[in-house]
Amino acid sequence: MAQLSLRRLVKEYDGGVQAVKGIDLEIADHEFVVLVGPSGCGKTTTLRMIAGLEEITRGEIAIGGVVVNDIPPRDRDIAMVFQNYALYPHMTVFDNMAFGLLLRKFPREEIRRRVDEAARILDIAPLLDRKPKALSGGQRQRVAMGRAIVRNPKVFLFDEPLSNLDAKLRVQMRTEIKKVHQTVKTTTVYVTHDQVEAMTLADRVVVMNHGVIEQVGPPQELYHRPATRFVAGFIGSPAMNFIPARLEGASGALNLHLPGGIVLPVPEERTARYAAARGREVLFGIRPEHLTERREGRATYAEIEIVPEVIEPMGMETLVHFHLDGARDLCARLDPTVPAAPGAPITLTADLANMHLLDPQSGRVL
Amino acid sequence: MSASTAAQREIPAIYRKVGSLRAERRWALWTSYASLLVAAVIFLAPPVYMLITSLKTNAEMADLSGNPWLIREVTLEHYAAILGNELFLGFFWNSIKVTVLVVAITMVVSVLAAFALSRMRFWGSQTLATGVFLTYLVPDTLLFIPLYQIVGGLGLLNSTWGLVLVYPTLTVPFCTWIMIGYFASIPKELDEAALIDGASWMQMLLKIFVPVALPGIIAATIFAFTVSWAAFVYPTAFITTPDEMPLTIGVVSQLVRGDTFAWGQIMAGALLAALPPVVVYAFLMDYYIAGLTAGATKG
Repeated sequence: MAQLSLRRLVKEYDGGVQAVKGIDLEIADHEFVVLVGPSGCGKTTTLRMIAGLEEITRGEIAIGGVVVNDIPPRDRDIAMVFQNYALYPHMTVFDNMAFGLLLRKFPREEIRRRVDEAARILDIAPLLDRKPKALSGGQRQRVAMGRAIVRNPKVFLFDEPLSNLDAKLRVQMRTEIKKVHQTVKTTTVYVTHDQVEAMTLADRVVVMNHGVIEQVGPPQELYHRPATRFVAGFIGSPAMNFIPARLEGASGALNLHLPGGIVLPVPEERTARYAAARGREVLFGIRPEHLTERREGRATYAEIEIVPEVIEPMGMETLVHFHLDGARDLCARLDPTVPAAPGAPITLTADLANMHLLDPQSGRVL
Repeated sequence: MSASTAAQREIPAIYRKVGSLRAERRWALWTSYASLLVAAVIFLAPPVYMLITSLKTNAEMADLSGNPWLIREVTLEHYAAILGNELFLGFFWNSIKVTVLVVAITMVVSVLAAFALSRMRFWGSQTLATGVFLTYLVPDTLLFIPLYQIVGGLGLLNSTWGLVLVYPTLTVPFCTWIMIGYFASIPKELDEAALIDGASWMQMLLKIFVPVALPGIIAATIFAFTVSWAAFVYPTAFITTPDEMPLTIGVVSQLVRGDTFAWGQIMAGALLAALPPVVVYAFLMDYYIAGLTAGATKG
């Protein structure tokens, strides 16, 4: 078990394309960190550099305080779980899990003990004599995890391990991975493009985009206090609504002027924070769950009239899609009992205590 | 009722043009069978004629009155004679020795080469891989003249060892190419998993690649076997005395006494010589096809 440090890490491919542009990250012992971001954001490249499968162009990676830049993968004491499982097709489940230990010349009894223990944790003991092709996708993924666990490495690396599974199994395996981490507590770096996986699994989420880290923090912090427009839009489903607005006001009170003549009062506790942006164009960001059916009782509630375009009943909630002048693809989350129909105007309540204001140029949250 | 039958009769023109799927399928099947039959007859006629001739007595062969495709009196005398012929057994032994050694050398070289060329990305590996394939395109009828100089320079003329040296020039490029194709179909993550598990390149090759690529290896082995068993140009050029001859040239050159052809023995000998490849193909055909197609689609 060990901490992991990435220092000014750069990956440059032939032709000068930078996949990773100098990232810094400290991962504590036992921590479960998820790298999340869209395709091509550099998350997998970063993971592969940690594994030693990709050369480091510049910067440093240290595992347990030892710089591993020039150490081959097998001597880094890491284990990796791949998206397509990468099980050895000609070996039984037992041999797949024992392979790494055999190469490291562990005694037979020790191998047996470790494989049995991992099989017990992952609930695959009855499958030990089977070949990978006789296993389902979920079982294969468990074996791949078992192969990592038996080694008892310093760091676990997961490269989109659930992407090949169907939706239901993915949820189940997600819980499984979390359970395994709670049992073995190995420092873990997990790469995914799925923000739900990132939120549910991580102690800390690292949001990456275009080769840089946008924000690092616990899931709740990223959700409630995003630092940039990218993070605000990436974390949460459906995504946060962004509406262009103008911040105006005098004598302490601030108002947001939205297109279509909508005026929303900025809550008192936020006025000091936004004072500097007075008179400027901003982006008003609000999550669908803070844009609900008409409610009353709080000072921060404000009303917006909209005309629904598409209604999506989800069972526990109803999603209403609409647009305002100058802002398309907006979404509100309504109680399923609230009647709503496409084309029939309704009044929504925006909870401004949860609003965000962003600088449209820099994309930073104000 | 009458309305519905009328509707059935009036099928829109577009559907009539397509015709029945079953009829088209039947037509395709008949064409396939007919072509295959023609091909089978063309390719099987010579060995069948050889078999018939080898079972005839010398007198029957000399008699031109009967139908040459029928045997009046079956005899195994030619087989008995050829199997008792020290010279023929010597040819057989030479062929076996050369082939086994060539197959072994070919497989070791081409598996190692293919692994390096397909997996260990190094400077010029792509060019080298193409170069290996290009050498295969040079025919042996062109190569035997310069090779004669080389083999002669090494003092290996008229020696089976000379053949062991030159046959791999035919087998290694193609086998390497097959193996590159097959190795390319093995997902990259498999070697990465092995690397992380602690395998060296050699362990990765022996414990992961070779077992996983077994169909490809068998296909390459069969190819190397066939080429060296059936090679004709090189032994014709390099071997002069009967004691060093392999089957291919021994049978046709030594069983002719002056201008007398011992047809019965030649046919029996040729059939016996063709037996090992037939046996090998019969047992390993499925692997051969799997190996070749994997290389073809993903290589």
